[in-house]
Amino acid sequence: MKNFITLMLVAIFSWLAVLPMTASANNVQFPTLLEGLKQKNFSKKAVVIDQLEITGDARVLKVFQHMIKGKLYYEKSELVRFVFVEKNESGFAITNVLNDEPLGSVGKREVKKVKVNNKLRGKLRLAIAKLSLNHPDVNLRRDAVRLMFKNIDAAAVQLLTARLTVEAKDKVRDTIEVGIALFDLESIDKQVKLKSIEILGDSLEPAARAALLPLVAKDDTNDYLLQDRDVLTAAIKAVARIDAKLKYNNWAETIYFGLSLGSVLLLAAIGLAITFGVMGVINMAHGELIMIGAYTTYVVQLLMPDHIEYSLLVAIPSAFLMAGLIGIAIERGVIRFLYGRPLETLLATFGISLILQQLVRTVFSPLNRSVETPQWMSGAFEINSALALTYSRFYIIIFSLLVFAALLMILKKTSLGLHVRAVSQNRAMARAMGIRSGWVDAMTFGLGSGIAGIAGVALSQLTNVGPNMGQAYIIDSFMVVVFGGVGNLWGTLVAAMSLGVINKVLEPWAGAVLAKIIVLIFIILFIQKKPRGLFPQRGRAAEH
Amino acid sequence: MKALDGLRQVMRRDRVFDFMIEKQPPAMSGTHVVKEGEIDVSHGPILYLEGVNVAFDGFKAINDLNLTINDGELRCIIGPNGAGKTTMMDIITGKTRPDSGSVYFGQTMDLTQMSEYEIAAAGIGRKFQKPTIFPEHSVFQNLELALQTDKRVWPSLFFKLNGEQRDRIDEVLEMIGLTAECHLRAAQLSHGQKQWLEIGMLVIQSPRVLLVDEPIAGMTHQEAERTAELLIGLAGKHSVVVVEHDMEFIRSIAQTVTVLHEGHVLAEGTMDMVQNDPRVISVYLGE
Amino acid sequence: MENRSFVMNLLANDNAARWFLSTLFMLGIVVPFCNLMVPQDSIFHVSSYTVTLLGKYLSYALLAIALDLVWGYCGILSLGHAAFFALGGYAMGMYLMRQIGDRGVYGNPDLPDFMVFLNWDTLPWYWQGFDMFWFAMLMALLVPAALAYVFGWLAFRSRVTGVYLSIITQALTFALLLAFFRNEMGFGGNNGLTDFKEILGFSLQSDTTRAGLFVFTVIFLALGYLVSRYVVSSKMGRVVVAIRDAEDRTRFVGYKVESFKLWIWVFSAMLAGIAGALYTPQVGIINPGEFSPLNSIELVVWVAVGGRGTLIGAVIGAVVVNFAKTFFTAAAPEVWLFFLGGLFIFVTIFMPNGIMGLVKGFSEKRAARLARQSPSEVRS
Repeated sequence: MKNFITLMLVAIFSWLAVLPMTASANNVQFPTLLEGLKQKNFSKKAVVIDQLEITGDARVLKVFQHMIKGKLYYEKSELVRFVFVEKNESGFAITNVLNDEPLGSVGKREVKKVKVNNKLRGKLRLAIAKLSLNHPDVNLRRDAVRLMFKNIDAAAVQLLTARLTVEAKDKVRDTIEVGIALFDLESIDKQVKLKSIEILGDSLEPAARAALLPLVAKDDTNDYLLQDRDVLTAAIKAVARIDAKLKYNNWAETIYFGLSLGSVLLLAAIGLAITFGVMGVINMAHGELIMIGAYTTYVVQLLMPDHIEYSLLVAIPSAFLMAGLIGIAIERGVIRFLYGRPLETLLATFGISLILQQLVRTVFSPLNRSVETPQWMSGAFEINSALALTYSRFYIIIFSLLVFAALLMILKKTSLGLHVRAVSQNRAMARAMGIRSGWVDAMTFGLGSGIAGIAGVALSQLTNVGPNMGQAYIIDSFMVVVFGGVGNLWGTLVAAMSLGVINKVLEPWAGAVLAKIIVLIFIILFIQKKPRGLFPQRGRAAEH
Repeated sequence: MKALDGLRQVMRRDRVFDFMIEKQPPAMSGTHVVKEGEIDVSHGPILYLEGVNVAFDGFKAINDLNLTINDGELRCIIGPNGAGKTTMMDIITGKTRPDSGSVYFGQTMDLTQMSEYEIAAAGIGRKFQKPTIFPEHSVFQNLELALQTDKRVWPSLFFKLNGEQRDRIDEVLEMIGLTAECHLRAAQLSHGQKQWLEIGMLVIQSPRVLLVDEPIAGMTHQEAERTAELLIGLAGKHSVVVVEHDMEFIRSIAQTVTVLHEGHVLAEGTMDMVQNDPRVISVYLGE
Repeated sequence: MENRSFVMNLLANDNAARWFLSTLFMLGIVVPFCNLMVPQDSIFHVSSYTVTLLGKYLSYALLAIALDLVWGYCGILSLGHAAFFALGGYAMGMYLMRQIGDRGVYGNPDLPDFMVFLNWDTLPWYWQGFDMFWFAMLMALLVPAALAYVFGWLAFRSRVTGVYLSIITQALTFALLLAFFRNEMGFGGNNGLTDFKEILGFSLQSDTTRAGLFVFTVIFLALGYLVSRYVVSSKMGRVVVAIRDAEDRTRFVGYKVESFKLWIWVFSAMLAGIAGALYTPQVGIINPGEFSPLNSIELVVWVAVGGRGTLIGAVIGAVVVNFAKTFFTAAAPEVWLFFLGGLFIFVTIFMPNGIMGLVKGFSEKRAARLARQSPSEVRS
């Protein structure tokens, strides 16, 4: 922990610094100071900002936040009130700054923006940071500390030290300590400096590593620039400690990204694993069924704009039904005439995919549509300063596994599954036993297509929804199924996850496009080596 | 599913990257060069199978199979379903690789090291259970394709039929009784005629050994009789191995009969000997 | 050129082939004549736009023949054949780029514009030699051939067939598409190669050059057709069909199936490369879009519509479908994909042998009817 005396000194200083703020806080000063923002001169505005900052008025933070985003305006009418604005169809929806009272809509010409330049923005950012330090939300407090890292000075350290005395949350305390250490790093006192290096070495804040790096810089002859051996050794050790942790984090992150890509692949491929793997039908329109699912999500959101939170729950069954019905129509209308002729099936279903694409283009326009992400899916789970796992990816991993499990159950435990397996093994015999093989074909194809639709719902949360989105997944999906072994659902799972991870591991090293090419080539070679995939169906039955 | 199974069949694992597997020393593989009369039958037998085992995922299709076929012999092979008859033919023709054991053609040619077309060119012809011919070609062209010539790519591109070869085709057409149909598309032939055409395609390759899988399946009585004559006529000049279920047919042509059961030779001898063997009876009639 | 008696021999008893070659011959004479000699206001005048369009169709026709050889005759459905076409096109495009010299926007005598734009200071090694026409043409043949050889060698040896092969070929062209989109590849990235000025010293903008290119396309299509015809009517061609119909039987008859497949595959890739090299100077651009899987699949539909397994069918299909495409994309662009998609389904279900199948069925019926009426006359 910190040297006791330093702590005491800093505490006293900061108390002294905080004192005048609270004292001068009053209601009269705030509106008056605000008027000063109408001036054109930026340096005069800067003075006003400083003054506003020390009023301690609760409304100041909000004013600054809107100002930095360019959303602080004042009316041109005789009232000349300051307002926050939000754009809407007719112009601006405005809210009174003083009391948060909504004032309805006005035209663009009736209000004037409080302009800011880059210098002011920097100032505002710092001011916001300082004000947010005392915000009740833990994450906001921490973000505020982080914002101060960039240009930390004695004043900032005072603020931080003051906060440290009252801060209860460990993660904010740690961040504050890093901030103080960043300042102490410049100290001329060697002990303080060494202590701060120690603290920074324990932190994964990017700023900590960035601050340490200059200390271990080398010259052209590969010698360290820093003369002080003790500091140098400490810094080298600290950087090494951070790097080790970062490496570990990077791997964790890569694998997380890989798994989430893998689960997208799994969702896209799992429907294909049924139509291709179990029925032996090559469905080139599979990607378009995914697209149908995504567009269903879009339409569902259009229909229930006030309930975006629940829209996905509605979208999943609707997409399943929609894509499933289209799949059944495809099977009954085209594919059943082409059983036993795989190449013809491939061509005909490709024709279907073209028609579906054009249909969507005609109905929804060729432009991409964006589907909204519900609140509960956005955000990230922060493990440490360098590693944050986004919730949307997490939900998709879970979701894909659930779909996989459900499908497995359907095939293993239901009578449909039994019939599907029977027909796929011996159509004539199954028919002789009284199974309506035509009906089973339609249902199986519908099931595979419906799952493609569900994949579309998940994909709509990750990428843009457009007429071409299916194309991007069809080759990948086939690769996954073939890689995993045709007709083997577990193989599909393993193949999807490993391809996802391989792709993400290669990406930083080779770039996204090259990584994709490498994976494609890898699979092409793999199929040469093991044409029946990772987990081939074996036995005499497979030979004939 | 049929198509998929077909795919699986052509993409079997053991055939992949076989060029990576180390070849036998050049001296050995040199003996595989195909020339007439190089097959060494000085010890009598033309085909040896010794201690051959094949398992498909735990199921032993062929279990320690020992079999020798003599030069010029007509051998019938019988056995209940799943006895491994077709698998045995797959092994001899290089379609399936044995897990262990040796398969020799003459004294010198190791069939387990050769690919299908090499085995075919070396002089082992095979007729499939289902008649497999080239349906879009005429009967004449079917035989022309099978004719023993240089079967590499470039020679095929500049191939011209000479008089001698034409005579040979006419001769075989005569033998299988399809002279009148020689310009018909093979797909238009009757089932029996297709079987004969396939046999004709084997004969025209002048093989030393003919493997014939269920030649009379789906034939009328008359057709079967003609087929029997055909096969008997072939024996002597060629070694003929016939797999068949029809006991009456076997009796009409057989010299020596081998009974396979569960991938193993159960009994061997004349038809009468085999039919009176208690083990054979128990296999066929049940315990 | 081909030996006359040899050609006559080849075409004996083949009215369709004679008819086809005469039509090509006529086109090769009439179209340039009507373009260059007939005055513009005459109704017999053929515009340069039409000449270029026809030239494009005919280079597509050569590509269709290439696909038909592997798909129609050998049963290998390639969903990536446009890749070979595009590689041939790029080889020609590289030559045309080098011909621009210092007339580019940046006026750099050594580097094409896009390299200057990317701040490259030297020509990459794989661009060396492309300033020579003969070298570029050799590459238009050899690069597709080499890719086809490596790919085919791997695929056929390990007996990858049917839809698996189709999907891998699609993945192949997809991988190339991604690769050619990259600026670092040095093929102009997204924009491809364009702004060509001249070929062998003739300006690409002049009508005479365009007419000349058209005549060359006609000649190469005729040559490509004749050679392919020789191949499919040789014993080699019969073996290839045999492989399509009964691969195992072919193998047990003693043919090394892999070698035959590889031969026809590489031959087909080279034809596609020639088609690409003819295409680029006429349309004036080659870009990564040519690698897109959709292009390869459209190509399959040309052959399917015309009738696979007949060389003339491939040509007819290429011309008919592309004519329809030109018509629809001008008149009602949104209808085109509906039409194309519908065509896929219709042809595979109702017309598996394409237009040539219909013609053949019709003429067989007619022959049968005639034979019933007067058997002796028909025989003579």
